[in-house]
Amino acid sequence: MSIAWYLAVSAIVFSLGALGVMTRRNPLVVLLCLELMLNGGNLALIAFSRMWGNGDGQILAIVVMTVAACEVCIGLGMIVAIYRRQLPIDVDELRELQG
Amino acid sequence: MSAVLFFLAAIGVISGAVGVVVLRNPFFSVLALVAHLVSLAVLFLLLRAEFVAAVQVVVYAGAVMVLYVFVVAYVGGEGDSIGERLRGANGSLSTGGSVGSGLRLGGAIVGGALLVELLIALLGTGLEATSGYGAGYVPGPKTYGTPAYIGQLLLTRFLLVFELASFLLLIAAVGGVVLARRRGGIGEADEHETFAPLDVLRPLGTGTTAEGVGTRVGAGAGVGRQLP
Repeated sequence: MSIAWYLAVSAIVFSLGALGVMTRRNPLVVLLCLELMLNGGNLALIAFSRMWGNGDGQILAIVVMTVAACEVCIGLGMIVAIYRRQLPIDVDELRELQG
Repeated sequence: MSAVLFFLAAIGVISGAVGVVVLRNPFFSVLALVAHLVSLAVLFLLLRAEFVAAVQVVVYAGAVMVLYVFVVAYVGGEGDSIGERLRGANGSLSTGGSVGSGLRLGGAIVGGALLVELLIALLGTGLEATSGYGAGYVPGPKTYGTPAYIGQLLLTRFLLVFELASFLLLIAAVGGVVLARRRGGIGEADEHETFAPLDVLRPLGTGTTAEGVGTRVGAGAGVGRQLP
């Protein structure tokens, strides 16, 4: 299959992730949708890497996975802390920083 | 053969992503994301990125998703569906149903516009190479995408990136522990529950200020301690 097909799949996955981030209100699912967006980016990176026959895109994809793991670590830690304070697990209710 | 595999994997990827967004129960969302990640690894294999595909399955679909499953089992959280949010059926919110549903509908419109924009940007570039099959590929032990190739790049050209990523992982691990431990983090400080190992060996009521004052002489029957 040509590279354009992979790019189309990556665009669809990224948009679905963005839709989920904007519409879901459970912070766990928001984190999952962030993972979807990162995976869409990863697929585009690896497709372009294949296009050039060059490994730089794959290195960047591995770095993106590392950053995603860090984001999961911090995000899940925050969700557990929110749960311990018995605050609602809901991004619409957690609005203390809105000012 | 490659085209058939591509379409199977692409269907898995997109249906997994749809499942993450629309499923009501967060646990099923996590399982849909696992299916999505495994299908994505097949796409990576088709793009000759063997090492990244292996890392994707082992690290992402293995370790990170287990972490998610643990937290979902611990926290749970009420399920909500995207359809319910779009209809604004949740009247118990303080934000008000109509405003919330309007925002959700706006989110859906923005998501669709983002998809159109990305497709135009990626497919309408006029780059000749995007309609090709990629650069030439010769199978071999140290060719493009193998662990040896990736390792050589990571330890020579991208050494700084590699070290920075490891440092970032260390910071994130420490931060996760600080956030999620029982005291500290963003939780309020609860009472100190100290536990001294010597307390186990000592009889009840001895070695404390209560014993010196004499208000507590032997909590158990017959263990009363007569001071000379």
